[in-house]
Amino acid sequence: MSWILVFEQLLNGVQLGVTLFLMAAGLTLVLGIMNLVNLAHGSLYMVGAYLTLAATQWTGNYFAGVALGLLGALVIGMLVEVITLRALYERDHLDQVLATFGLILFFNELVAILWGRASLYAQLPEWLRGHVELFAGSTYPVYRLSVIIVGLIVAVVLWYVVTRTRLGMLIRAGATNRTMVAALGVNIRLLYTVVFGFGAALAGLAGVMAGPIYSVQPGMGELILIQVFVVIVIGGIGSVRGALVGALIVGVVDTLGRAFLKPALSTMISPTAGEAAGPALASMLIYLLMAVVLALRPAGLFPARG
Amino acid sequence: MIRHFIAGALAASVAFAAPAFAQQQKLRIGFITTMSGPQGVIGGYMRDSVELALDHLGRKVGGMDVEVIYGDDQTKPDVGVQVAEEMLKKHNVDFVAGIIWSNVMMAVAPVVNGAGKIMVGTNAGASPLAGNQCNELYFSTSWNNDQTPEAMGKFLQDSGVNDIYVMAPNYQAGKDMVAGLKRYYKGRIVEEVYTKLGQQDYQAEITQLRAKNPKAVFAFYPGGMGIQFLRQYEQAGLHGKLPLYTVYTVDEISIPAVKDAAVGIKEARFWSPDLKNPANEKYVNDYKKKYGKLPVFYGAQSYDGIMLIDSAVKATKGNVKDTKALVQAMRKANYPSIRGPFQFNNNHHPIQNFYLLDTVKLPSGDIEMRIQKTIFEKHKDSYHQDCKMKW
Repeated sequence: MSWILVFEQLLNGVQLGVTLFLMAAGLTLVLGIMNLVNLAHGSLYMVGAYLTLAATQWTGNYFAGVALGLLGALVIGMLVEVITLRALYERDHLDQVLATFGLILFFNELVAILWGRASLYAQLPEWLRGHVELFAGSTYPVYRLSVIIVGLIVAVVLWYVVTRTRLGMLIRAGATNRTMVAALGVNIRLLYTVVFGFGAALAGLAGVMAGPIYSVQPGMGELILIQVFVVIVIGGIGSVRGALVGALIVGVVDTLGRAFLKPALSTMISPTAGEAAGPALASMLIYLLMAVVLALRPAGLFPARG
Repeated sequence: MIRHFIAGALAASVAFAAPAFAQQQKLRIGFITTMSGPQGVIGGYMRDSVELALDHLGRKVGGMDVEVIYGDDQTKPDVGVQVAEEMLKKHNVDFVAGIIWSNVMMAVAPVVNGAGKIMVGTNAGASPLAGNQCNELYFSTSWNNDQTPEAMGKFLQDSGVNDIYVMAPNYQAGKDMVAGLKRYYKGRIVEEVYTKLGQQDYQAEITQLRAKNPKAVFAFYPGGMGIQFLRQYEQAGLHGKLPLYTVYTVDEISIPAVKDAAVGIKEARFWSPDLKNPANEKYVNDYKKKYGKLPVFYGAQSYDGIMLIDSAVKATKGNVKDTKALVQAMRKANYPSIRGPFQFNNNHHPIQNFYLLDTVKLPSGDIEMRIQKTIFEKHKDSYHQDCKMKW
């Protein structure tokens, strides 16, 4: 097992983690600040991917497509918040789960009606398709590298917004004590809509970046949503920092587990044990991790509420 | 309360019974497939092919007016059973056909056969149904799961490939595919990697694969998994450098979604749109005309299933209550099959050829599959000895 291989797998893990982070950042804010369980977050991811695909075909320009796609996800996110979710803030979590599950069905069918059930092909511009040589003998897809870079830039921007701006202050205050923020005269409704739209655009961005790697198809959001929930439970609900750390941990643990657990078990115990338990254990690793984190720190690694 | 209930139930039973008497002369076929969710696209191809078969038959099956009742199994065995029971009890179907997934078929076939009706499987190739659980009333117009990877194994063995890396999802069919491959491929297997069923990202596994530096790769990734795998294989820079041999991965559904990433990949299959025989040419040309795209093997098998039923109903002159006679007629496989003339084995599975398919880019820019050579002639599945049925 060479170090180059381990390094490449770490990069793979970070790339997965970054995608998860973009989803988790929005979801954790919505859950932490608005106390809303939003299962339909994956639908916004799907909407971002589809709108970008359609806009890229329409304009013929990749960047215009991405910009329109993100804008579309933002607008649709805000519309969803205003039309359906506002009525749910005062209800209990079960009602929210039911309503947002309904939204999942609605968006999946809507997308299937508009674009069909078949997977669509998301084309990349030529310069994103190649590979770069990181070391001698180790190539890495340019696209995955750019996903990592974009994700880290977004993380820095988010950190700045949350810790250094007035909006961020309100967001943090809202996560800690909503009633007090409202009592101080802040328009909490508007704040909610902005935060939700913001989260939707981040989910849309994750969808945009996932489109060319995975397939753009109805229901694509639900495939990633479970991992995202694991991330925010590990990171601590409502904490952007927790979402980043949680996402990177989940991405790296999942990737390294899939890559090295089987060979490790084979050499440490026996080849048959590795054969039998390796793949099964690798696919449960992040859930085991979540269980351990929940047992030791029930509020997650970086709890938002003191 | 109770009296009302009884009255209601009586009224309902009369209401349901009346049309059954009135329309005795109509043939009813229940067709179960997956219509919703990401896999619903396969069901769409199957349904379109059934409709095309009905067009070709002048909207009559075996000379009788026909009604096809479609059911959606949602890829779930329990839902499949529910749908089948509704077809049997409420719609009084004479045949049940379709079903994509082996696990759904394992649940549904006993229900249909238990009700004394014939089940025509048009995709699922569960091994027990070809072996010790074979049934007089169960026919397949597809294949047994193991046959296709067996063909690929034979091809790899014959062409001197002796160092391959194997990848498949971690579930029963994944293991079956690898077992089928190994039955004929005797070279070295560098590593057998089983990934999570429904996995989206294969980058970690592809990085491991590249580090092992094998001479070739064998993969089984049906449906959406295949689309993701093929695309990521290309993005990792392996496409065109490291030969990829697949089963049920590159097809007319995945090619439009991955485009150039499929070119040059070899598949094994019993059928291809370019297979030369009159029935197939008619099917493929009319399918293209009606739906504006190429059919896929799931559809071809479904078209075949309706044609098989047609031949049997014709032979029994519409006496569909005589299942014995229907079974006798179906065993003859006396119909123009899209695979060309063939015979049923003792277990009611086709004895058929398997071909090597290449994915080629045509001068027009379209990407299509082309038959390269015949790997097996009249290939029997490996389970028919376990089937006690003799005829």
